[in-house]
Amino acid sequence: MSEWWTYRPEDFLLFSPRVYWRMFELHNAALWPLHVFALAAGLIIILLLAWRPRGYARWLALLLAILWIFVGWTFLWNRYADINWAAAYVAPAFVVEGVLFLVCGPLLDSLAFDRRGLAGCIGYFMLAFALAGQPLLAPLQGRGWASSEVFGIAPDPTAIATLGLLLLARGRSLLLLLPIPVLWCLLSGMTLQTMGEPQAWALHAALALAAIACLRTALRPSAHSG
Amino acid sequence: MRTTRRTFVRASLATSAAALLPISLRAQEGSPARRPIPSTREAVPIVGLGTWITFNVGGDAVLRDECAGVMAAFFQAGGRMIDSSPMYGSSQPVIGYGLQKLGRPSTLFSAEKVWTSSAAAGPAQIEQSRRFWGVPTFDLVQVHNLLAWKEHLKTLFQMKATGAVRYVGITTSEGRRHDLLEQIMRNEPIDFVQFSYNVVDRQAEARLLPLASERGIAVIVNRPFRQGALTQRLKSEPLPEWAAELGVSSWAQVILKFVLSHPAVTVAIPATTRVDHVRENLAAAGGPMPDLAMRKRISAYVQAL
Repeated sequence: MSEWWTYRPEDFLLFSPRVYWRMFELHNAALWPLHVFALAAGLIIILLLAWRPRGYARWLALLLAILWIFVGWTFLWNRYADINWAAAYVAPAFVVEGVLFLVCGPLLDSLAFDRRGLAGCIGYFMLAFALAGQPLLAPLQGRGWASSEVFGIAPDPTAIATLGLLLLARGRSLLLLLPIPVLWCLLSGMTLQTMGEPQAWALHAALALAAIACLRTALRPSAHSG
Repeated sequence: MRTTRRTFVRASLATSAAALLPISLRAQEGSPARRPIPSTREAVPIVGLGTWITFNVGGDAVLRDECAGVMAAFFQAGGRMIDSSPMYGSSQPVIGYGLQKLGRPSTLFSAEKVWTSSAAAGPAQIEQSRRFWGVPTFDLVQVHNLLAWKEHLKTLFQMKATGAVRYVGITTSEGRRHDLLEQIMRNEPIDFVQFSYNVVDRQAEARLLPLASERGIAVIVNRPFRQGALTQRLKSEPLPEWAAELGVSSWAQVILKFVLSHPAVTVAIPATTRVDHVRENLAAAGGPMPDLAMRKRISAYVQAL
């Protein structure tokens, strides 16, 4: 792309906010009542974190793997790519994230979701927001429940919840698992901001909180407990 | 450089001479004014329909029907040229849906683009676009944003020679790469050139518009409303008294008439999702057009806001 410095984010916005939010309405209507199962998966994740039964990290990673592949396929590939050709290139990244969770969780068992301290608190907060807060943003902004973004159905709450869970996690595989949710939050936050949508702040805040937690963890490795 | 009396008159004369016809900006009652495409003298209505963002509605049945409604109003008001690109998401299949619903209006002037960095992929992309539209051939195919322009122009000239396309063009937007565009306009036998031009973004007046007149190249103007930013900015401003001389009812018509009144402009392609706006745009193609003094007045007024 020549003269790339003359391009602004709005030059890459191919659709209007109305089309974007109606896409969620149609997506929700098409997948209902899978939302119940997706929210149940969220609840199971919280219960696994709270009780930590034997092999819980594998189950948790398996659930995330299924949801990332599901969102990548149903939302990005089958729906979002209709109005944004770039989504067709992002959809495989969601599948890659799912496969990485499968490898790091059920196959290698290289994850432990037991970090406490500031990172742990931020992680729980982000998880709670993604599950219970994000779906409320649509009605709070006057769009009605129909266009709500639900964890495991829409990409933003899925990515924010995953970031939160990864802040709770330990293990080298974090370096593999973090980039895709971070990049999605960045991309989606920029898209919403370009559309002039206030809820861009949710993604920007998620990234800022994740950065603070990672920095704190990097600076105080001894503060970890598990 | 702004349009001066000299450049304005020169462009008017060059355009007229190229077409061997006087420029008639007064529309016949009930139909928009037309201007000739210099290379063939085929006359086209001076307001077309852009589809950037507005027609990218995916598989949303409600919004597809709304787009078809916009197209219906466009054809009903005498519009002909619809412009799209493979870059515009689902706009092409949405146009195809509208055309099918409207019984494929025979007055359609289909303007498409080729947009791929691979020269070899150009013909396949054009064929895919044609299928989306559901038309036998395109009237005009343009190289989008000068991407791989040498290779694609070669393909398009071959297609023109075999009758697979009637006109060949090249596009850019938002004032980018005007030097290269000028070079292509000087050296290649293109029928159309497309770039951004509006009451605020007037770089094209310096060289591109006069050159198009000199070389007999039809000009399509994109972003006449600066992608809605101009109409949004003027929304709360009352129309000045002098606007009555133009027979307009909105700021959108004033700034569209500013674009259309440049003698080198062949067609402007505002995009919209609203039936009332498409009618308003087509209506701006009729009635009195601003002369040079009025153009200066419009420009000064808008710049001062």
